[in-house]
Amino acid sequence: MTRLTIGLCLASVFAASWFAGSWALAQNDPRHSGYHDMGPDLRRMQDDDTANPAMLFVQAGQVLWQEKAGTANKACADCHQDAAKTMRGVAARYPAIPPSMPGPGSDKPASDAGQPVDLEGRINLCRTERQQAPALEPESPDLLGLTAYVALQSRGQPIAPADDPRLVPFRTKGADLYKSRQGQLNLSCSNCHDDNAGKKLAGATIPQGHPTGYPIYRLEWQTLGSLKRRLRNCLVGMRAEAWDWDDPQYVALELYLMDRARGMTLDAPAVRP
Amino acid sequence: MANVLVNAPKTARRGETVEIKALIMHPMETGFRAGTNGRIIPRNIIEHFTATWNGAEIFRMDFSPAIAANPFVSFFTVASESGTIALRWTGDEGFVAEHQVAITVT
Repeated sequence: MTRLTIGLCLASVFAASWFAGSWALAQNDPRHSGYHDMGPDLRRMQDDDTANPAMLFVQAGQVLWQEKAGTANKACADCHQDAAKTMRGVAARYPAIPPSMPGPGSDKPASDAGQPVDLEGRINLCRTERQQAPALEPESPDLLGLTAYVALQSRGQPIAPADDPRLVPFRTKGADLYKSRQGQLNLSCSNCHDDNAGKKLAGATIPQGHPTGYPIYRLEWQTLGSLKRRLRNCLVGMRAEAWDWDDPQYVALELYLMDRARGMTLDAPAVRP
Repeated sequence: MANVLVNAPKTARRGETVEIKALIMHPMETGFRAGTNGRIIPRNIIEHFTATWNGAEIFRMDFSPAIAANPFVSFFTVASESGTIALRWTGDEGFVAEHQVAITVT
């Protein structure tokens, strides 16, 4: 009896110190989401689901989730059922290498099997391979709506990139891209988001560049946009030529950025200035 | 069907001040911008917004091209009687959107 009591006491002491340890870790973590670089008004806008304009896209995405599409005449919900259960944690894990998805009735493997895809890419794979429907255009309201609806299901979860060894070379490539200078201004991502984060670029605070809230409703865009759009925006900003929408370099960079933000809380769909 | 998000209390006490928040998906195209082909994109905005409580007007607003896309409107009113709050947006290109919420006043 006493041994059991002592055991329980020890267990609770260990538990307490573990909690204290993780709390201290969170306190000492120099990383923070772009959410904390915004003023109180914008934070309130993001936090109120009836004021956050991204929720309009989520609402549209929820309708699309149930809508049958393509020659397979299937809706997302026909395979994945209730997104609140099945899509939980997905946005916190992607980009990832999807399982090879030969379409129904065809034995050919998906064209780029073995390549990592981001959430938008995965949704389009489902569309072309499973629903037999044309892929959605990048940044189209339908694709953004579905992505936002899926991303919402991971809100509040820690970013947890997949521990797939096949991803390592892509992630390394992404890290190289992050650190390499490019464009007429000869800047790397790191020059702003590591060396000068928290300082001002004209009137705007330079964020640390953690992809915690994508897709984001960016007030400057007056619409929802993907991480890819944000990256293109940065490339143009450093006067480099934006890569084509289907360039695998985006996914490599996204993989690295998600790894860099590992453990941070996802707050998608976010509002950003 | 227009995409609308409305936040209004379901219940209120008589005489209580209630806040009604309405968000609607709309491009609010100003009519001053040129498209990729160099031609002006025709103006496409919401022009009027009205709110009625059991048919009686409680709030009205005219929009201008300077208002951002997906406009958000928040206003206050005094709860009078149980019934329906009806919101209506109208605008260019025959745009009409309506949304109703029920409210119980005790």
